[in-house]
Amino acid sequence: MGYPHKPHARESVVLSEHFGSAEARTLAGWRKRGGYQALEKALGMAPADIVSVVKDSGLRGRGGAGFPTGLKWSYMKPGDGKPHYLCCNADESEPGTFKDREIMRWTPHALVEGCALGAYAIGAETAYVYIRGEFTEPLQQMNAAVQEAYASGILGANAMGTGKRLDVHVHKGAGAYICGEETALMNSLEGKRGNPRIKPPFPAVSGVFGMPTTINNVETLVAAVEVVKRGAAWYKGFGRPDNPKSTGTKLYSVCGNVARPGNYEVPMGFPFRDFLHELCGGPLPGRKFKAVIPGGASVPIQTMEEAEATLMDYEGFVAGGTMLGSGGVIVFDDQQNMVKQIARLARFFAHESCAQCTQCREGTAWTTKIMERIRDGHGTYEDLDTLLDIGEQMTGKTICVLSDSCAVPVASGIRKFRHEFEALIPKKQGTAFVAAAVA
Amino acid sequence: MSHGPSAAGGSLVAAPADHAHEPHVPVFTGARRQELDMILGRYPTKMAALLPALWILQEERGWVSEGGMAEVAGVLGLTPAYVKGVVTFYTMYHQHPVGKYFVQVCTTTPCNVCGAEDVVKAFLQHTRCGELGLTSPDGRFTVIEVECLGACGFATPVMINSDFLESVTADTVPDVLAELR
Ligand SMILES: Cc1cc2nc3c(=O)[nH]c(=O)nc-3n(C[C@H](O)[C@H](O)[C@H](O)COP(=O)(O)O)c2cc1C
Ligand code: SF4
Ligand code: FES
Repeated sequence: MGYPHKPHARESVVLSEHFGSAEARTLAGWRKRGGYQALEKALGMAPADIVSVVKDSGLRGRGGAGFPTGLKWSYMKPGDGKPHYLCCNADESEPGTFKDREIMRWTPHALVEGCALGAYAIGAETAYVYIRGEFTEPLQQMNAAVQEAYASGILGANAMGTGKRLDVHVHKGAGAYICGEETALMNSLEGKRGNPRIKPPFPAVSGVFGMPTTINNVETLVAAVEVVKRGAAWYKGFGRPDNPKSTGTKLYSVCGNVARPGNYEVPMGFPFRDFLHELCGGPLPGRKFKAVIPGGASVPIQTMEEAEATLMDYEGFVAGGTMLGSGGVIVFDDQQNMVKQIARLARFFAHESCAQCTQCREGTAWTTKIMERIRDGHGTYEDLDTLLDIGEQMTGKTICVLSDSCAVPVASGIRKFRHEFEALIPKKQGTAFVAAAVA
Repeated sequence: MSHGPSAAGGSLVAAPADHAHEPHVPVFTGARRQELDMILGRYPTKMAALLPALWILQEERGWVSEGGMAEVAGVLGLTPAYVKGVVTFYTMYHQHPVGKYFVQVCTTTPCNVCGAEDVVKAFLQHTRCGELGLTSPDGRFTVIEVECLGACGFATPVMINSDFLESVTADTVPDVLAELR
């Protein structure tokens, strides 16, 4: 079991403050650190007032799409006579991302509290935490925390003595990246194949078990706890003054070719250059950074020059030609061949396609085949055009965006590292093709 | 950053032995039946207990056989064909018996750039499995590649049955295996 690093002086540890403390995992230890104060406060408020605070705070979803959390919660109509559900997305399978795992390993009660608070705010009595099956230790920690919370009366028919019912249940996945997509997660929870559903209907209208449902990422829910505890104004204090659209702190997972991989928490708008060089320790000895995928495998690749000019928030990453995504920062150095690594990503998406949509099923497989052919030195220049073409056919045409995600690294890779592709294409074949085309 | 020991997490648990034979004792009796009943209480439908029930089955038998699927179908009021359709969607249910130690090595890009392919090679060599997916001649090991295990900062993560190891390198593979013998 890996231990987290001591916080860097320039980190703003809010969610990760207690990572590494065994005591913080227990109910007593969590209470000592101010745990369950937010839930107690929330249970004394009207649900609509909690939603307002979360709206005010500017908190946006940390699972990948960045949708405003308060707005999402406000879609749940109180008093419609139907059971409501909260699903916590703890399927964390986006390559490069391992922050939710650390939240559950070190501060499981923070998530139990976030689930209970979120459920109450959307008029639900039941929250399901869908944890990927491979997360054996987070599963163990979460199960223990839930048990403690029931035993002490925080959860159950009379939650914290308020007479309100609040249940939190841990549900173990069984291996499938696609179950992180919100409608696939709901199908999987219902005991079905994890196929994404066509939207609409949106989950707030008809979600899990056909009832109004909200799905939130682990980090989103634990951030909501801090928002309720310390107020919207405090939360908004994190971020750059010239960008009110991104607020709070963000937990980034850093991996790949970097001196100090791990989770780092910084305020929105933090300079990516300082993040990579100071916090993460820069490149490994004797090597140079080459490229970075900043938001999990589904977002465009940045060259190092682009990355070093980027400010780390939703808008800053877009300005840098990519996206914040899930905050999984994957770093590549000069020893890596981008074609090989992009081919490996394509294989990942091909493996994880649920195969409902033709464009995705065929497109991910075909892309992988061509990418591996180029990697192995049998590609042609025409292949590059074919890849871009397939990518276009895979974008915006399917039930979910896994298909688009496969096209993203390939297109940005060809655009930014074309020389590495061309270096692998046999010259004779290339000129023969050009000659044939000219003739 | 991880300074944790490479193969921490205590003793490695072996999968239940004797999975080649179909046992005669039904899975969902006694404590396991009670466990299932408790799980059923958490959901508004019986079907929602399918993944948990399959986990119980696999924990008891080591794998998910056709007979086992029929048992699950029986207790949840589903058809065996439906259960099989669900089982085949997910990667973690074994549809065949596997070695006593089922070794899964992540080779997705973030781990790949940190040398995960060398870790796979080391496992194949030291377990004598030779090839991915094949069980070693002594029946002890099956090695497969797996997609992102959600622990990319601790490259290379390896799962051996339900134990999750971090920061495994090609050099530490012999030590990891030595703990299993
Ligand atoms: C293919 C795919 C995989 C996804 N995987 C995850 C995941 O593992 N965890 C997660 O929180 N969100 C994941 N998402 C995003 C969810 O669909 C959803 O937007 C998110 O859980 C909403 O929570 P938030 O608003 O708190 O971010 C995925 C989306 C897609 C299309
Ligand atoms: S885009 Fe791919 S993963 Fe998404 S629903 Fe279609 S086939 Fe399944
Ligand atoms: S890529 Fe190996 S754990 Fe994520």
